Amino acid sequence: MSAAPQKAKAGAEKIDVTVSAVVPLNDLVTRFEFTRNDGQRFPTFSAGAHTVVHMNDGGTPRLNPYSLMSDPADTGTYAISVRRDDQGRGGSLFMHQNVKVGDQMEITYPVNLFSLDLRAKKHVFLAGGIGITPFMAMIAQLERSNGNWELHYSVRTEALGTYVDQLTYKYPNKVHIYYDDQKQGIALEDLLDGQPLGTNVYVCGPKGMIDWVHATASAAGWPDANVHSEEFTAPQPGKPFEVRLCKSDKTITVGENESLLEAMEREGVDAPFLCRGGACGQCETDVVSSDGEFIHRDHWLEPEDHGKKIMPCVSRFVGKSLEIDR
Amino acid sequence: MTIQFNKETFRDDYSFKNSDWAIERFPFPFHEDSYMYAVNMEQHRGGPEGSVYEKRFDVDEHYVSEMADRAMVLADDPLRCQSLPHMTLAGWDLLELIMVSKSEDYPDLFELHRDGDTWRWINKPMGIDDTFTFMDETTLPYGPMEYITRQTQGDFCVLDQREDNLWMDAGMVTTQADWSLDFDIGMNFFEWHAPVPLAHEKGIFKRALKFLLNIQQGAPARRLNWTMTVNPLLDTSPENYHKWGIQKTTLTPENIGAKQHLRVELQSFFRLPRSNALVFPIRCYLIAFQDIVKSPKWGRRLHRVIRDLPVELATYKGFIDNRPMMLDYLSAFDDGLPTSPGVFPDNATEPPLQK
Repeated sequence: MSAAPQKAKAGAEKIDVTVSAVVPLNDLVTRFEFTRNDGQRFPTFSAGAHTVVHMNDGGTPRLNPYSLMSDPADTGTYAISVRRDDQGRGGSLFMHQNVKVGDQMEITYPVNLFSLDLRAKKHVFLAGGIGITPFMAMIAQLERSNGNWELHYSVRTEALGTYVDQLTYKYPNKVHIYYDDQKQGIALEDLLDGQPLGTNVYVCGPKGMIDWVHATASAAGWPDANVHSEEFTAPQPGKPFEVRLCKSDKTITVGENESLLEAMEREGVDAPFLCRGGACGQCETDVVSSDGEFIHRDHWLEPEDHGKKIMPCVSRFVGKSLEIDR
Repeated sequence: MTIQFNKETFRDDYSFKNSDWAIERFPFPFHEDSYMYAVNMEQHRGGPEGSVYEKRFDVDEHYVSEMADRAMVLADDPLRCQSLPHMTLAGWDLLELIMVSKSEDYPDLFELHRDGDTWRWINKPMGIDDTFTFMDETTLPYGPMEYITRQTQGDFCVLDQREDNLWMDAGMVTTQADWSLDFDIGMNFFEWHAPVPLAHEKGIFKRALKFLLNIQQGAPARRLNWTMTVNPLLDTSPENYHKWGIQKTTLTPENIGAKQHLRVELQSFFRLPRSNALVFPIRCYLIAFQDIVKSPKWGRRLHRVIRDLPVELATYKGFIDNRPMMLDYLSAFDDGLPTSPGVFPDNATEPPLQK
């Protein structure tokens, strides 16, 4: 059809916002709250959704996805909680060190890759560390609809237990906290064993925790469809590599500390993307030719696609030559 | 009011007709002189002024009569509207989307006044003025999806998204091109598309599903689909095939121009905010052959498309037996001249029929 062709823009729709609050929660985690510049309400979102925050780090654009952790019914404010990653590529450090109340920023419309299964008779949340953030919104949504939920939340120490006080105060019978430094751990097999039929499990945390929950649930006979996880893979640094972009007729070099997607954007190539974490599939790109090894870090491509396609948001390449269809 | 609503029927005496305005803005689906399946998606963000693409939910002269026809279908067969228990939240999402869109896009026809969760909805063409509590089903005469889709043209499929698939878990389906919500309820995307020929082999559905799963809030999409219907029937359902199927045998060379209708679906897709479900409105537009050929470009093109359509598609769309008679009629409006690209009639610039 060609009723009114418009070129699709890369990424989700954007919203201009002002930072309305910066709230340090502990040594590592700070909450950032946003209000809209145009005076309108934010779109309602479904719990589990994230937004991509656009940062301007001294001329270097940084786009990081963060789970929306505010109450989805609150359309006056959006909030995210950011854990400082001193070893990371700088996005979280920029948020912690540079972003102040009153700053103008750009965030995207909510995108949900980790939604509640609304058929579930019961929702069991398993959080590790900063993985608590999507569950803050899920709990708010389910409380509003009298949903049946419980939270098992593993933190390193009492001092680093983000939102632990608030959660245990409001929901003393539904929230269970586990402290690593006190050698406490979630007794997952027992927990899974006691659940009624129709229970769904959700896990958000480090990769090891996610793999452990999937493996344990699978071994206990749980259907995969009842076990949900969200894992954003931050792009990892790697050796610089050269790539030829066929459609754009350009050869570019991907630097050590940037992703292939970021390198294309730096060169003015309008490449599609959504989550920037290897999960949504939007940036999938065909490989035209290659002589070398791919480092696939995404959760999207099937093994048989490896080498034929690449997800530029998180994956890299080592070798002589790479040519992609972009 | 800006729109003059027709008093017309889509059954029995078939008094349905399109005004000159409706004919000119008809969503003719063929952008070139041939047709094959494609994932022909584009963004649904407006279109030329006055076109059916301009508003989020197009309201036209058939609105009031279409809603009366829907009410009759539902009275005969309540299973045309179903919503599985977990889809109520999506129903509220849809109610909000339609009320907000229509009150913004047609302020002279619809008004929405919100005071917290207390909402007042005024639908002037249908004479409705209701106050209710948002998210409280007990304050509406129907569930939220049924309430609002009894007041909105087009069928609605509300699709739950999970397991990297879409599930037909709720819908209002009374103007369908021969498919059944009651049969498809609870099916996933591949299951309900199973009967479609050729498209599976071309990988169309895999690509379409990937696209749909990625439709985001604030970025709706749309596409057109089409088929053929004898007599201006909205309800061409499998449930009622015994009533309308036989009508396909009533075509004659004398009545085909008036009786044979091109049926076009403007399909759109919106991500719903609270439920993360996807709503898929399927808006049906009908036009008689004799009205299509008033535009020389459309007459030329329709003849070529129908003539060259693969047998499988003409069979699936249910007009293989009538195709020879259609071609006899349409060939009189094809003088072999080239046609301009795009779907619009271009009546001002296209040459008149040369025979």
